[in-house]
Amino acid sequence: MLRLSIQSLQAGYGAVRVLHGVSLEVREGETVVLLGTNGNGKSTLMKCIMGLLKPSSGSIMLELGDQRIELAGKSPQEIVALGITMVPEGRRLFPKLTVKENLLLGAFRTAARQETERNLVLCYEAFPILRERANQLASSMSGGQQQMLAIARAIMSAPKVLLVDEPSVGLSPLLVTQTIDIIRDLRQRFGLTVLMAEQNFHEASRIADRGYIIVHGEIAFDGKSLSELTQSELVRSFYLGA
Amino acid sequence: MNAALLSVESVSKHFGGFAALSDVSLAVNTGERLGIIGPNGSGKTTLINCISGALRGDRGVIRFDNQIVSSLAPHQRSRLGIARSFQIPRPFVSMTLLDNIAVPLEFATQSKDVYGEAHTLLAQMGLGEKATAKPTELTQVDLRKLELARALATRPRLLILDEVMAGLAASEVDEVLDIVMAVSANGVAIIMIEHIMRAIMRFSERVVCLNAGQIVAEAAPGAIVQDPMVRRIYLGA
Repeated sequence: MLRLSIQSLQAGYGAVRVLHGVSLEVREGETVVLLGTNGNGKSTLMKCIMGLLKPSSGSIMLELGDQRIELAGKSPQEIVALGITMVPEGRRLFPKLTVKENLLLGAFRTAARQETERNLVLCYEAFPILRERANQLASSMSGGQQQMLAIARAIMSAPKVLLVDEPSVGLSPLLVTQTIDIIRDLRQRFGLTVLMAEQNFHEASRIADRGYIIVHGEIAFDGKSLSELTQSELVRSFYLGA
Repeated sequence: MNAALLSVESVSKHFGGFAALSDVSLAVNTGERLGIIGPNGSGKTTLINCISGALRGDRGVIRFDNQIVSSLAPHQRSRLGIARSFQIPRPFVSMTLLDNIAVPLEFATQSKDVYGEAHTLLAQMGLGEKATAKPTELTQVDLRKLELARALATRPRLLILDEVMAGLAASEVDEVLDIVMAVSANGVAIIMIEHIMRAIMRFSERVVCLNAGQIVAEAAPGAIVQDPMVRRIYLGA
C-alpha cells in the first residue's frame, strides 16, 4: 500500500505566503493532475513534497506498506531515497555533462543503481534521440530534447511516486502526446503513482484519473473523477477557452 | 521595389558533423506576423540565433532593411532594430523590473526620459504595480511579460519570440497574445516560434514548418495544419 497525503500545508518564501492550507491525496497507482494557472502554488507544493522548501506548517505523510513517514522536515535526498522523484520546472539539467552522464546521475539513489542498465534501456526506448545523443553535452541539445532528458533522468531513479511539473513545456504537439503516453506506460509497467502539474488539459486528461484545481494557494476544486473535472467551471474558464 | 524587411538567404549552420540548418531561405515583410513550427531539434532556435546574432551561420547571408547583418554582433543587430526573447527568461535577477527595462532603453534608444518610458512599458504589460519588485518574485506569466518588455524596450522593427507562451494556461496564452497583437498593430514585424497551436493559429499570417534543418512547408495557418507532412512529423494526427 502506498499513499501520499498532504494535510493543511502552508508554505511560502520569506514574507510571501504561497500555500494557505492545501490538503490533497494521491493513492497507489493513480495519476492525479494538479491544475491551476501560473502563480497559484503548484510548483511550490511540489518543492515542499521533495523537501526543497520547508513548509511552515502542515503534514506530508507517505504511507508505505505499514509505515507512516512524515516527509515535512526531511531532506531531498532522504525523500528521493524513499522513492519519490520530481521532474522540475525549467529542466535543471547538468549542462556540462553528457546526456548519458545526466541519466546516470538520475540513478544515484541506492535502490536505483542496481537497475541502472535496465532503466537506461527503457529511457532510450522511450526517447530514442537520447541514445543517439548519449555522448553529447546536455546543453548542446534543443530545448525540447532537454525536456525529454529531464523526464528520463527522473525515471532513472526508479521512483514509486513521480512528480511531474509541466512535462509538455517546449515539446511539439506530437511529442506532447508521446510523452503523456510514456507516462501512462510507465505507470502501467511499474505501478507508478503520478502527480502531474500540466497546463495542457486536453492531453493531461487522457491519462488522469482525477485532479485538483489550485487557486491562490488553496484547493479550489476537488474533482473526484475526470468527468467532474471536465465539467467544472474553473477548468472551462482556464483551459477550455469557454 | 518593396524589399523584405528581413531576408535569410541560403543559411546553413553545422555543429560538428550535425547540420542544424541546411540552406534555409526566408523573408519577412514590414509588419508581418510569421509563425515557425517544427519538431524538437529541427533548428527553430538555431535559425533565430543566426538572425539575432547569437550564432553565426557557416554559409549564407542575412539582410535586414537592405543591409547585410550576418557578420554583425548581436548588440549591433539590436541597434538596427532586431530584438529577441529567450525560451527561459533571462532577466537581471538582482535588479528591479524598472531597471531591467531601463538597461535596454539606455542601450538602444536616445530616450530623454528612460524611467518614464520604462514605467509606460511596464504598465502596457500589466506590470506597472510591480515596477520595484525583483524578477525572482514574479510568476511565470509575469516573467514572460518582462522578457517581452525587455525586447520591446529596444524599439525593434523585428521582434523574435522563442516560445514565450510555453507552460502557460490557455487563459494566460490569450493574455500574452493580446499584448503581442497590440505590438504588431504598431507595425512591428514579429517572428514567433511556438508549439501551442491555438496561439500559432490566432497569431500567424503565414506559417513555416522546419524539419531537420530545412523548411518543409509554408502556408497560411489554416492550410499548414492540413499539410500531410506537417501532420505526420509535427502534429501527429
